[in-house]
Amino acid sequence: MSVHDTLLNRLKRGCETMAYPKGPAPALPDRHGGALKVEAAKCDASCSACVTVCPTEAIARPAGKPVALDLGRCIFCAECVTVCPTKAITQSNDHRMAVRQREDLVLGDTGKEQVRLAQALDEKLRRLFGRSLKLRQVSAAGCNACEADTNVLGTIGWDLGRFGIQFVASPRHADGLLITGPVSKNMELALKKTYIALPEPRIVIALGACAIAGGPFIGHPQHHNGASGLVPVDLFIPGCPPHPLTILDGLLRLLDRLGESDARR
Amino acid sequence: MKRDTPFTLLTNGTALSWADVPEWPLAEFLRNVGAELGRGERLSSFFGVPEGDALRLVAVLAFDAGNTLAVGRSQSFSGSFPALTATHAQAHLFEREIWEQHGVVPENHPWLKPVRKDHGAGPAVGDFFRVDGREIHEVAVGPVHAGIIEPGHFRFQCAGEEVLHLEIALGFQHRGVEEAIAGGPHRATVYQMETVAGDTTIGHATAYANALEALAGTEAPLRAQWLRAIALELERLANHTGDLGALAGDVAFLPTASACGKIRGDFLNLTALLCGNRFGRGLVRPGGCLLDGDTERLSQLRKRLETALAEVQQAAAWLWDAASVRTRFEHTGHLHAKQAAAIGLVGPAARACGLVRDVRFDHPTGWHRFAQVPVSVWPDGDVFARARVRWLEIQRSGDFLREQLDAVPEGETMSSLPALAPNSLAVALVEGWRGEVCHVALTGADGKLRRYKITDPSFHNWTGLALALRGQAISDFPLCNKSFNLSYCGFDL
Repeated sequence: MSVHDTLLNRLKRGCETMAYPKGPAPALPDRHGGALKVEAAKCDASCSACVTVCPTEAIARPAGKPVALDLGRCIFCAECVTVCPTKAITQSNDHRMAVRQREDLVLGDTGKEQVRLAQALDEKLRRLFGRSLKLRQVSAAGCNACEADTNVLGTIGWDLGRFGIQFVASPRHADGLLITGPVSKNMELALKKTYIALPEPRIVIALGACAIAGGPFIGHPQHHNGASGLVPVDLFIPGCPPHPLTILDGLLRLLDRLGESDARR
Repeated sequence: MKRDTPFTLLTNGTALSWADVPEWPLAEFLRNVGAELGRGERLSSFFGVPEGDALRLVAVLAFDAGNTLAVGRSQSFSGSFPALTATHAQAHLFEREIWEQHGVVPENHPWLKPVRKDHGAGPAVGDFFRVDGREIHEVAVGPVHAGIIEPGHFRFQCAGEEVLHLEIALGFQHRGVEEAIAGGPHRATVYQMETVAGDTTIGHATAYANALEALAGTEAPLRAQWLRAIALELERLANHTGDLGALAGDVAFLPTASACGKIRGDFLNLTALLCGNRFGRGLVRPGGCLLDGDTERLSQLRKRLETALAEVQQAAAWLWDAASVRTRFEHTGHLHAKQAAAIGLVGPAARACGLVRDVRFDHPTGWHRFAQVPVSVWPDGDVFARARVRWLEIQRSGDFLREQLDAVPEGETMSSLPALAPNSLAVALVEGWRGEVCHVALTGADGKLRRYKITDPSFHNWTGLALALRGQAISDFPLCNKSFNLSYCGFDL
C-alpha cells in the first residue's frame, strides 16, 4: 500500500466529525443510564429500600424530610431505580447533567426533582474563554475511565478543538483545571501546586463521581472525597464515568456554546 | 502434568481450605519458593496475612507449563526475613510491598523503598538511584503529565540523550483498595472492583466474581461465563486498538492514529450495547452477569463488530506498510526474553519477548475451558513486537467473538451466590488486556474476607518499561511508555 492509497482512503471517508451541537446529538445506547429524577412526593414515607441498596450512600432520608438523592455521589448503578416500589426514582436517557453549584445535584424536594443544569460563565469570563478555553488535566487517583472518555473528545468523531477547547501540557498555558479522581492524599500537593500555577482568572471542573464526592471509594481515609475541599469548583459533571456527550455538554454549557441544540430538547 | 513439589496444587478459579495450604517455618517456606522460582516458575502473588502482631507470608506460584497454580505459606513470624529478591528479581516489588504493608523487613533487599506511600505523608518519591559523572544529568517527569494521563513520577539518569537508568516512582493514585475490602464483601465492594483499573473493568470484576464464586462453592451459569468472555475480548479489542492508534500518534503517523481513536470508541460502544456503559460497569457480578443480550441485541453486536474489525484491519494495514513507522518501531525499547522472564513480565509485553504465557491458554477458567484463544507471540522484544502482538491479538479476539456470537449458549445469566466458605483461600486469574489479573481471597472464621490481594499486570510490568529504556534516547520514552501502556491506579491500588 502506498502513501497515495492511505490518503485516498482517508479522503473517501470524508469528514467523520459529528454534527452535534448544530445537528442532533449522537444516539446513546438503549441501556445507557442517564440523569436520574427523584419525585419525593411519590415516595412512601415508611420505605427506605433505596437508602439501603445505594453503594455510595448517595440517598438519605433525614427525619421529617423528603428523600434526597445526591447525584454527585451517585455512580449510576440504578439499584435504587430497581428497588423503588412507587417509582419515585426514575432514570432517563438524558445525557445532560452538569451543574454549577454542588447543591444543584441534590434531587428530591418539590421543584428540585431534576438537576438544575449549569448556567454559563458570567459575561466577563465568557468573553475571555468562550472561544478559546485551554485546560490542564490532573488525574488525582482517577481510575482511567473518566480520563479515557475525556481523551475521546479529542478524537475525530468529537473534535473538541473545533470549539477552541484544548488540553495543554502546562498549567501556565491553561485557563482552567479539569480534575478526575477522588484526590488521593498522595496527589494533594501536586493538585494544589497545579492550581496555583494557573494564571488568574481560572476555572475548575470536577469530572466524575470521584472528583465530585469520592465515587465508589467515598469515605475512605486515603483520599479527600473529591476536589471541592481543596480548590473552588466551577462546574460539576456527574457520572461513573460520564459519557463523552455528558462531558461535552457540560463544557459547552459553561461557555454558552450549545445554542439551539439545547433549546430543541 | 504432575511433578514433585511441596506446594499444594490448585487450578485457576478454585478454592481450598486454609488448613490445606501447606505451612512451613519461614526459612523453609522461602527456600521452597526460591526453589520453584529457580526452576523458572512464576510468582503470581506474594503477600502477608497478619495474625495478631505477627505475620504469615503466602505465595501463589503459576506453573504455566503444568497448567496449574501452587500455594504455600509460612508460619507466623515478626521482625524480618531474608529477601528473595537478592536471588529472584520477580519478588522485588512484592517484598517492598510486604515491608510497606506490614512492617516486616526483607533483609538484604537491594532496593528497599516504599511502593505507594511514604511512611510520613508525602508521595512515594524519595532517594533515587543516581549515576555520577560530569556528563550525567537527571531528568524528572511527573507526577502530573502533559496530557490526559494518570500521575506517576519518572526519574531518568542520562548521559546526553542516552538513558542509563530509569526509576519509576508510583503511589500517587493510592486509594486504599485492599484495605477497603477487608471484612467484606461490602455493598460498595463490587463497584470498587470495577474501578481497580477503570480500563480493565471486565478483567478485574471477572477475577473478583470468580474468586467469590470459588469461595461460595458455585459457578456462574454457563451463559454468564460466555458473556464475560465476550466482554473481556471487547475490552481487549478497544484497548489494543487504542494502543495501536496511540503508538502511531507517537511516531506522527496520523492516518492510523485518527482512525484507531474512532474505532476504539466503536468497540467501547459495543460493550455499551451489552450493558449501557462503555467500560462494562454493571455487567459482571458474583453469581453471573446482571444483564443479558437478547437475540436482536447480539445480532446487532455481531454486525457492528464486523464493521469495526474491517476498519481496524484497514488502519493497521496503513501502519504496517509505512516504512517510517517500521524504522521508528524496530529496535526501540528492546527487552530480552531472559530479562522478561526474570522480572516475571506478563501479558502482551511478555508475549512480545517471545514468552508463551497467557492465562486464557495456560490456566483456562470460565468459558475459556471450552473455547480457546491461540497465544499471540512475537520474538523481538521491541516496540514493534509489542505493537505486533496487539495486532495479532486483535485478530484472534475478532475470530473468537465471531465464533462465539454464532453459537450462543442458552440459559440464565444470574444465580444467587451462597455464603462464602469460612477459612478458605481462592485464587482467580484472568487474562486482562494488559496481562494477568490476579485476585487472591482469604476468608476468616466468620466467612468474611479477611485478606484480599490484588495484583494488576502493571505491578509486574512497570519494571519491564524501566529496563526497556536503558540505552534508549530519552526522546523515545513516550513511544516506549505507550508500547507498554500500563496502569497507574491498578498498580497503586
